[in-house]
Amino acid sequence: MDGENTNHDLPGGCRMCLAIPGKIIEISIDNQDSALVDVVGVRRKIDLGLLQDDKLVPGDWVLIHVGFAMSKISEQDAADQMSTLRMLGEIDGAMQEVQGYGLEDIN
Amino acid sequence: MRFVDEFREPELISKTADEIRRLAGTERHYRMMEVCGGHTHAIYRFGLKDILPDNIELIHGPGCPVCVLPMGRIDDGLAIAQEPDVIFAAFGDMMRVPGTQGSPLELKARGMDVRIVYSPSDALKLARLNPDKHIMFFAIGFETTAPSTALTMMRAKAEGVRNFSVFCNHVTIIPAIRAILDSPDMRLDAFIGPGHVSTVIGCRPYEWIAQNERKPIVVSGFEPLDMLQSIVMLLRQLKAGEAKVENQYKRVVPWEGNRAALKAMAEVFQLRPYFEWRGLGFISQSALRINDKYAEWDAEQRFSVPGIRVTDPKAAQCGEVLKGVLKPHQCKLFGRECTPEHPIGALMVSSEGSCAAYYNYEHRKAAMVGLGSIA
Repeated sequence: MDGENTNHDLPGGCRMCLAIPGKIIEISIDNQDSALVDVVGVRRKIDLGLLQDDKLVPGDWVLIHVGFAMSKISEQDAADQMSTLRMLGEIDGAMQEVQGYGLEDIN
Repeated sequence: MRFVDEFREPELISKTADEIRRLAGTERHYRMMEVCGGHTHAIYRFGLKDILPDNIELIHGPGCPVCVLPMGRIDDGLAIAQEPDVIFAAFGDMMRVPGTQGSPLELKARGMDVRIVYSPSDALKLARLNPDKHIMFFAIGFETTAPSTALTMMRAKAEGVRNFSVFCNHVTIIPAIRAILDSPDMRLDAFIGPGHVSTVIGCRPYEWIAQNERKPIVVSGFEPLDMLQSIVMLLRQLKAGEAKVENQYKRVVPWEGNRAALKAMAEVFQLRPYFEWRGLGFISQSALRINDKYAEWDAEQRFSVPGIRVTDPKAAQCGEVLKGVLKPHQCKLFGRECTPEHPIGALMVSSEGSCAAYYNYEHRKAAMVGLGSIA
């Protein structure tokens, strides 16, 4: 199943350029850079190390690129970003990416 | 297919489109480059061209990292992967990108150990899980992804994970814009600035475009309304004879960028003296290499790299398309020898490349429900 949907002739953008909105559910006690996020029901660990200055707490929303939180956003912006991904036909790609975080789907 | 009800705030879109038409008038032609491949993809996907007046021409820029990567770098990465006990790890985007011996996916079918990862930190995880193998992460991307690679390498070093390295192909957007502006056949009036790259670098690095080159630039979001508003902002500047950096995507892009991300990049990377871009040629100080502090995790220093160079066929006119001199379909190879299934030139390689986007959407335009009806 890996490689599926990565075909460059299919509509849908570049994975590494996707910005996926997620809600921080829990920040690891022993590693402040590791957080559990929820992306429309899928929960995976992501890295908060590039947003150290933002003092994130559970309940905050972030934009995620390749498993790293890159910007803190509002809940409204998160909803808007989801609708943008939907309009761009990139929801499946985004969800496949999130499900793959932590090598949980393949390999 | 475009349906009006897919868009949020259709009335506001309609009003913004009216404002664009009013500002653009009919007297002159405006050429605006969207730098980012994500914008290119969105412009086609949303059918934005259909609602813009004919005298506003959008030129698709160099911001597709897969497209601008020379084939020789893929060959080099795959050559390292053929060393004993090496696992080649890369984002899914890379898997079907052709090297001269085939794509990573084709080489996987021939027995090479190739893995898709969705995050550089998962390549590092693969290294922890496979202590008897060496994991080489084929890193690619602009400033949006480079900080993630950097932080992953910092973690590898801190944890002492030694069976992990990065083959670094990270590029930086500013020198590519400079190369386009410096080219003698350049005819751009303004820039739609990249959204996600700017979350990292902020807006200041674009100031020279406004101050020295006298071209307006507006950092833009990716929704239809974002891009239309950015075009309004650019037109207002052009009409007033101004050239400023403006930020339409304030809800995500801080003016100063992301300090922690810039710090991670500075810790791990240094500028290469020059790097080759498909379609643009060699551009000085346009890419990142891994600095000596991280030499042990640098695949180029750990392995012998053949340094393969593959020149694109002369008939492919990628450079002209990138600079806006030619439209994708005006290239002699477009849709004939060069298609998304069999890309010859850089811009056909990924769906965000302007030729692939044009191929995928423009020729189906007649079948689309036109956005024009609401404009």
